[in-house]
Amino acid sequence: MAIPIRRRAADITAFAFATAATVFGLVWLFWILWTTLMHGAEALTPTLFKEMTPPPGVSGGGLLNAFYGSAVMILVGLVIGAPLGVAAGTFLAEHGRNTRLASLVSFVNDILLSAPSIIVGLFFYELVVRPMGHFSGFAGALALAMILLPIVVRTTEESLRLIPDTMREAGFALGLPRWRVTRQILYKAGLSAILTGILLGVARIAGETAPLLFTALNNQFWSASLNAPLANVPVVIWQFAMSPYDDWQKLAWAGAFVLTVVVLVLNILVRLLARKGKQR
Amino acid sequence: MNDTAMALRITPAGVSSAPVSTKVAIDIRDLDFYYGKAHALKDVSMAIPAGSVTAIIGPSGCGKSTLLRTINRIFELYPDQYAAGSIAIDGRNVLDRRYPLSELRRRVGMVFQKPTPFPSSIRANVAFALSYYERFSKSELNDRIEDALRQAALWDEVKDKLNQSALSLSGGQQQRLCIARTLAVRPEIILLDEPTSALDPISTAKLEELIHELRERFTIVIVTHNMQQAARVSQRTAFFHLGELVEFGKTSDIFTNPREQRTKDYITGRFG
Amino acid sequence: MNATLARESEVAPSPLQKSGAGADKLFQLITAGAAWLVLVLLVGIALSMAWGGRLAFQTFGWHFITGKDWDVGASKFGALVPIYGTLVTSAIALIIAVPVSIGIALFLTDIAPRWSRAPIAIAIELLAAIPSIIYGMWGLFLFAPFMATHIEPWLSEHLGNKPVIGALFSGPPIGIGMLTAGIVLGIMVLPFIASVAREVFNAVPAPLRESAVALGSTRWEVLRNVTLPYTRSAVIGAIFLGLGRALGETMAVTFVLGNAHDLSASLLMPSNSIAAAIANEFTEADTDLYRSSLIALGFLLFVVTFIVLTIAKLMLLRMNRQYGRTS
Repeated sequence: MAIPIRRRAADITAFAFATAATVFGLVWLFWILWTTLMHGAEALTPTLFKEMTPPPGVSGGGLLNAFYGSAVMILVGLVIGAPLGVAAGTFLAEHGRNTRLASLVSFVNDILLSAPSIIVGLFFYELVVRPMGHFSGFAGALALAMILLPIVVRTTEESLRLIPDTMREAGFALGLPRWRVTRQILYKAGLSAILTGILLGVARIAGETAPLLFTALNNQFWSASLNAPLANVPVVIWQFAMSPYDDWQKLAWAGAFVLTVVVLVLNILVRLLARKGKQR
Repeated sequence: MNDTAMALRITPAGVSSAPVSTKVAIDIRDLDFYYGKAHALKDVSMAIPAGSVTAIIGPSGCGKSTLLRTINRIFELYPDQYAAGSIAIDGRNVLDRRYPLSELRRRVGMVFQKPTPFPSSIRANVAFALSYYERFSKSELNDRIEDALRQAALWDEVKDKLNQSALSLSGGQQQRLCIARTLAVRPEIILLDEPTSALDPISTAKLEELIHELRERFTIVIVTHNMQQAARVSQRTAFFHLGELVEFGKTSDIFTNPREQRTKDYITGRFG
Repeated sequence: MNATLARESEVAPSPLQKSGAGADKLFQLITAGAAWLVLVLLVGIALSMAWGGRLAFQTFGWHFITGKDWDVGASKFGALVPIYGTLVTSAIALIIAVPVSIGIALFLTDIAPRWSRAPIAIAIELLAAIPSIIYGMWGLFLFAPFMATHIEPWLSEHLGNKPVIGALFSGPPIGIGMLTAGIVLGIMVLPFIASVAREVFNAVPAPLRESAVALGSTRWEVLRNVTLPYTRSAVIGAIFLGLGRALGETMAVTFVLGNAHDLSASLLMPSNSIAAAIANEFTEADTDLYRSSLIALGFLLFVVTFIVLTIAKLMLLRMNRQYGRTS
């Protein structure tokens, strides 16, 4: 019994549309990556990593202060946000399991996860920059920590939930207290998944611009202090790209290239780790 | 030997006619257990003798695992589970809130149906709980580890690879590792919850042999859905049905000459 | 009834075990505290935005939301243009992203050869990983000119003089504008919807799909009659999730929307979005009222995204509850 033409036509249309949609998505991906690669590679020179951001209209220079500032803020953000995230995720999966508080926190956490990052920037502007009286790398790091936090909470909670209850029971049956069972058994068992989550979070905050706009701002010169405006890659890219100066725009592309490579490498690393974790 | 036993090809082994110690290791009185509203154990009373193997049999859902999990209070991990009554070990009711959990679980060890080695080395697995209870020097620790592994009949197979991951062992070895881990803290009572149901026949036989060896030094309570296994390893058997203790006596009696009709029906395979 | 309770002292816990109990309490406190922190942060954001924006709300009242003027010199601020721009660009984004995402999800669950599914899925997810500033740069330097040269002239020529929709496509094709921004947003948002849709399509139980196929349904009919109804709540949730992200997107939009404070009907014209306005102007805001107006904009954005994301989460949870799936 052949399927009537109309139904076949609908099916083929759907097939064609789905394929087209996928091609559509992939085309953009490759176009964007290709662009970044091409324009960035042009401006890629060793001086990129050796010199500071130049004043407008001056050729040459590099992005060293920006790379340093970003690295510092990401690190501090990681150090603050990741442990808090693991702790909260542990609460949701273990101590607070099935409690109303845990459901509420999980819900709110997922909202924070997708919340506009510019709002986070405003929040820390009010909270830290205003009282301190000046912009600072510290405020920027805090903003990044807050963007990292919900990601780590979620992935920690999910990783812990994946561990079967018998493992917990086996630990408790030996008489161990809860914190030991969590630390010595559960964290070990879920380690690769938790690390994956943290890495994903780092990939995300590495590329965030908006939260840094009114917290760390930017700094034209070399600055190692977290107590003052701190140069960072995304804001530099923004400033330089929007400017009318060719040299600045070239640097912006170089910065975009490095940023994209870092983010992509982290993402691919995460998937490899996840694959390894599953093979266990 | 009567028809029932012949039909099942159960030969009451020499083991089961050995004398049973009269000392009571676990004295269960009027025990009730609830999963939320469901009444899972109804007014159970039994005196489990020391130094022997007691098997708990019964159809699915009869409460046999529940009973085991009440003895070491592992059910307390789950907020809607609740026990009433008393379980006395050495004259003290262990269900009493005041009885310290860690002490209870040092004296009563539990091995689960699915082998659960921790994600560390074999050595670390066995020593896992040791440093929690006492301070050991390095050599004392190694001695205890070797001792536990020998008792679990695993030493010869792993002595050269103690630092390898416990997950590299086979299923049967992993289960014996879990037993070694339990033995390391020197408990008096060992609870086995269907310990061979996830294992192949050869590993099962090895484990039953191990139970034989451990019998005199420990009190062993084993839950099993395999009646032949119960007959092979235990001296006493308890038959549970729908949360009630139906019959409890010498294994040879239960299988050759059960008193209750329900027991007879279960043994002969009429249900379950 | 009870066994006699004798010899309490005989079973005292060892000192090591006692410290275990103390450490347990501490651990519980730390984890609970971290969990509470999440709640505190959300409340903190809401309060701080409301507080920062109070001057603007007090000064303008409801007219803040309906006011069309954004006049820095006259210190008169109205949020209508940014709100309008935000809504229009997000709408365009969804119009593009939703069908494409569902198409991609169908492709990945039913059509693509098995070996290609993982790589393609990863590629689509990489779209989400690309930082939004990269989207912005690409948008400004490559996509906007492309739109200005190839697409927009065609649109304004062929559709600009039609009744009703003509107004949407009139005006000079400069590339920077709501349409371009909307398209870029759509590309940014589609991986989020696509990955949820794919996960959820895969979760449709095989027996359900197979029985439809056994009855002679085509692939499209299985999608329409079995998969979509089954996953309806989750797909709606995913769409709201995409909307939430589109509303709050800053950098990509800032580059290609134009930061214009005029309200125009044409999609080809530049406009402003809440996030772009804040990003562009906050560091230059020199008066309290100016700053407060921007923070008030932030408050509005926060409230709207909060509502949208809550709806998204509720929809996703509903599918869990109906079918016992973990999302």
